[in-house]
Amino acid sequence: MKAASSSKRMFVRTVIGAAVASAFVWSAHAQTGPVKIGLLATLEGPFAAGGADGMRGAELAVKQRGGTVAGRKIEIIKASSDAKPDVAVNATRKLVEQDKVDIMVGPLSGGEGIAVKEYSKTQPNITFINGSSGAQAATLVNPSPNFFRFNTEGAQWMVGLGKAAMDKGYKRTMIIAEDYAFPYSQVQGFMSEYCRLGGKVPQKAWVPLGGKDYSSVIAKMPKDIDAVLVVLGGADAVNFLNQYEAAGGDKPIMGGSITVSQDILNYKGKKRDSLVGTMSAGPVADAFDGADWKAFVADYQKSYPVSAGGFPSPSLFAYVYYQNMKAALDGLDAVKGDLSGGQAKYREALSKMVLKTPTGDVRLDGNRQAIGTTFVTEVVKDAQGNLFNKVLRKVDNVDQMLGMKKEDFQMGTRDTPACP
Amino acid sequence: MSAASWRAAMNSGARAQAAASLPRTVPPRPPVAAATLDTNADAPRWLRWLWARVGARHVFVLLFVLLFPWFASPFFTYQIGAQSLALGIIALSLTFLGGYGGMISLAQMSVAGVAGYMVAIFGASGTAEISLNWPWWLVLPVALLIATLVGTFIGWLSVRTEGIYTIMITLAFGTGLYYLALQNYSVFNGFQGFQQVHPPVLGTLNLRAPMPFFYLTLTVALLAYFAIKYLIRAPFGIALQGIRDNPRRMNALGFNVTAHRVAAYAFAAFIAACGGVLLVWYNGLITPGSVGTGWLINILIIAVLGGMRHPIGPFIGAIVFVVLQNFAIDLIDRERFNLVIGGVFLVIVLFSPDGLLGWWRRWQARLAAVQPAGGVSQRPSSRI
Amino acid sequence: MKRFWPWFWRAVIGVPIIVFAIWALADNARLFVLTLLNSLTLASLYFIVASGFTLVFGLMRNVNLAHGSLYLLGGYVGYWVATSTGYWVLALAAGFAAAALAGLVMQVAIFRFMQGEDLRQTMVTIGLSIVIADLLLWGFGAQVHQMSAPDLLAGPFRELPLIRAYSKYRSMLIPIGAVIGVALWLFLNRTRVGMMIRAGVDDRAMLAASGVNVNLVFAITFAIGAGLAGFGGVIGAVELSIVPGEDSRLLMASLIVVIVGGMGSIVGAAVGAIILGLAETYGLAYAPTYSVVFTFVILVLVLAFRPRGILGDAR
Repeated sequence: MKAASSSKRMFVRTVIGAAVASAFVWSAHAQTGPVKIGLLATLEGPFAAGGADGMRGAELAVKQRGGTVAGRKIEIIKASSDAKPDVAVNATRKLVEQDKVDIMVGPLSGGEGIAVKEYSKTQPNITFINGSSGAQAATLVNPSPNFFRFNTEGAQWMVGLGKAAMDKGYKRTMIIAEDYAFPYSQVQGFMSEYCRLGGKVPQKAWVPLGGKDYSSVIAKMPKDIDAVLVVLGGADAVNFLNQYEAAGGDKPIMGGSITVSQDILNYKGKKRDSLVGTMSAGPVADAFDGADWKAFVADYQKSYPVSAGGFPSPSLFAYVYYQNMKAALDGLDAVKGDLSGGQAKYREALSKMVLKTPTGDVRLDGNRQAIGTTFVTEVVKDAQGNLFNKVLRKVDNVDQMLGMKKEDFQMGTRDTPACP
Repeated sequence: MSAASWRAAMNSGARAQAAASLPRTVPPRPPVAAATLDTNADAPRWLRWLWARVGARHVFVLLFVLLFPWFASPFFTYQIGAQSLALGIIALSLTFLGGYGGMISLAQMSVAGVAGYMVAIFGASGTAEISLNWPWWLVLPVALLIATLVGTFIGWLSVRTEGIYTIMITLAFGTGLYYLALQNYSVFNGFQGFQQVHPPVLGTLNLRAPMPFFYLTLTVALLAYFAIKYLIRAPFGIALQGIRDNPRRMNALGFNVTAHRVAAYAFAAFIAACGGVLLVWYNGLITPGSVGTGWLINILIIAVLGGMRHPIGPFIGAIVFVVLQNFAIDLIDRERFNLVIGGVFLVIVLFSPDGLLGWWRRWQARLAAVQPAGGVSQRPSSRI
Repeated sequence: MKRFWPWFWRAVIGVPIIVFAIWALADNARLFVLTLLNSLTLASLYFIVASGFTLVFGLMRNVNLAHGSLYLLGGYVGYWVATSTGYWVLALAAGFAAAALAGLVMQVAIFRFMQGEDLRQTMVTIGLSIVIADLLLWGFGAQVHQMSAPDLLAGPFRELPLIRAYSKYRSMLIPIGAVIGVALWLFLNRTRVGMMIRAGVDDRAMLAASGVNVNLVFAITFAIGAGLAGFGGVIGAVELSIVPGEDSRLLMASLIVVIVGGMGSIVGAAVGAIILGLAETYGLAYAPTYSVVFTFVILVLVLAFRPRGILGDAR
């Protein structure tokens, strides 16, 4: 048992050291010292590429302010999870309770977002701002008074695509999506509009997470459909598109927000012409010609050139993390760096703020959820053979109720909404 | 693989110290105690018993863990202390099965997960449509019972297999359960799992607060630890170790090998279930990810890191694992965390088959060799 | 009476399958046939990867849980070679060679020193798989690597009866799997080295006593087994793409295949691969929600009733 005690003795030293260090930090922690911001993203597992780009986006927001806000230095402390909620909460708890951050930005994925929101209730004096988590429930169900989300979520990202599909003459659409919360909300965002306009969805194929061979699903596709909506992410999207083409599939494809986003379009391999023309919707569009957006993209490209691991154009994760980090810093600026009184003033400022983002203004609703802009896009190929998203339509002021009355609104599941 | 080769594998690390480890399995020998304690002959029997077994380090470690929350920050008390203990309890169940029964089950985390899910389903959670909101004193026995039954069932099917096949069938059970939890919404609430699963508030005592929760896990951990310490010297434990070493001979001696093995699974399942309840309270949530393959392997890593030859091993392993998981990012990029934990694990299994405890033992043996007839070598190795 | 039980079990398993097949054929023959083709092609990929696994296990009693990492390594190396040279065949060779080399290093540097310590070897391979996966993530990044099929095999066969169109590349997987299976069988049963390997499976000590350099035989076997994983990686990189996490998925598939089929038997691996392929694809086509659970139910049932797999010997 001495092995235990000797390792524990070292451990005591660490504990005492940490306690002394934190006490020291605490005393220096007046309203003039640095502001510590915890930054949590997923750097392991399937979302690792997106998580790394999210970190880049958040850092870009800090960089644009020269690392100081209202005279206070911004200090970023990073943590990572593996897209599992329990790991995300542990990482957040470490940032908040051990590293004593003032503001938390993160996490990346839906399940993590809900878990961190629950944790935020136990730390009422710290302000939590979302990373890129897009689960509806994080702000709809049991919202937390100190959890803010300055990005629109999964369902909001798909608003506008339903109308675009009808305009193209797609009357019957089959849906192929992964079987969990985020695709449910994406499908809801699409269908609530599409069904209202008279479109039909005869079949929804929910594919269990972790499957890579979609040949069975492809075999099951009925003949009498006009288009397919594919809400898969990462490698799964690439696999599906590839297998669909090889199997001789020829229906037009529409994609979810992370199906044809920049990190997917840049997969390593032959760029397929079959991707060109894929419609999709989301909070970003590479080729949006707003001046602010162009400046943002140029800044991103300058700070993170492809040679240094950046993407040719910022991914959805980079942009959403940027948006949330920018909100954190703008709020700090609005209160002149004053985080006293349990950050009450800061949160007040955040709730009332109209956030200027490269894609337009973002306001918060009563649940501290963003009301913002969604783009309907189409994949096109540029002269160098790179694929990017062209803007078909810009929809402003998309709120979480998707234009429905609060009492009619139901969160998306496997079976709702339905219009066979 | 034949039974013999598996047995050889299980004992391979021990072959060198077979002689040293043998006395562990034998009940305490009174003559040793009596001989060294002549001067205290008039002391009550229990005191002499204690005196013979409790060394300075035991007292030190016990005092340390008891006083830990008083000098550590709430973060260390909760995230490092309580989490290590909860994970240690689950890994302890694996150490019992593997180290004393010769059966490596990867499904221990699944059993713990079943207990956690049952607490969320029968008790209170953020998902009001599914959770039944029973009072905690009713939820606990039901959850522990169901998880123990599930674990016993897994054991009942697994004891037919041997060695590597046991690892695989339990891994299959675990993965199957993960996918069931992931795909089923009516009972397990699918991908989302359950949020807001908290320990009860007893009067004014909020067990969710770091210090009470730490003592809760510590109590359970100590109970589990001493229960196993007791059991491995009881006739059942001796028979189990006999079965580990030579099932055929034990069978010939009239022991029901299968029954003993299933009973071991049942007991381990109960311990794992206790750990699972603590872990779900610790996290405040349970999702399919909590019972995924990653965690099944992590429990094995924890058990092997510490060493499977003594019930303190899993706790040491858990502390190392949790500390690495929390603080590796301060030393290296978190992106390379898996390299660190994988590398540490690899080094330990490569150079010390008995984990960190094995290192300690070898060091101790070298020390004993240096000072001939020193006190260390005379102590029975049961007093580790 | 003795003959009753085998027939009883055959009926319990067989009748529902036949009933299902008839119903499915009558309901939607195209879907049924397509799914059958899909399962067999997927089974081929699983067989290629798992045959290496079972080869190593059969001789060395070494459960190489880093087998999936070798698959990933082969895929990445194959991708790199294919994009820089443009030849898919070269990529196949390079993937095989890279994984075989890695396997050789593992055998010579590590496993040679822990002969017969099965559990320890298993633990070491778990550690190795974690480390290799992270090194690959470091070296190749997290981005999806998708190899393109050679031009000859790109796109579908069209104008087919009943199923209309089918992927050329996918349909080539069946002959590739069959060739590898036959080649392995010939190698094991008709060559001198194969004879040594089989002798080693039965009695390692006796083989060494009769003057064979056992370490060399072990090294060759390990290299071939590992190489097959890399070979499978290149093949899989076209159909399923290569991305972190694929290692554990393919490892899981290989494990299921060889456990269901019986460890150490090439024919068993083929049987196991077909069962897994059928379960996965039919599950996804006809009952998607619980399709992933089926696989594990099958595995548990097989192990519960035949603890050494369907074709496993009763040693």
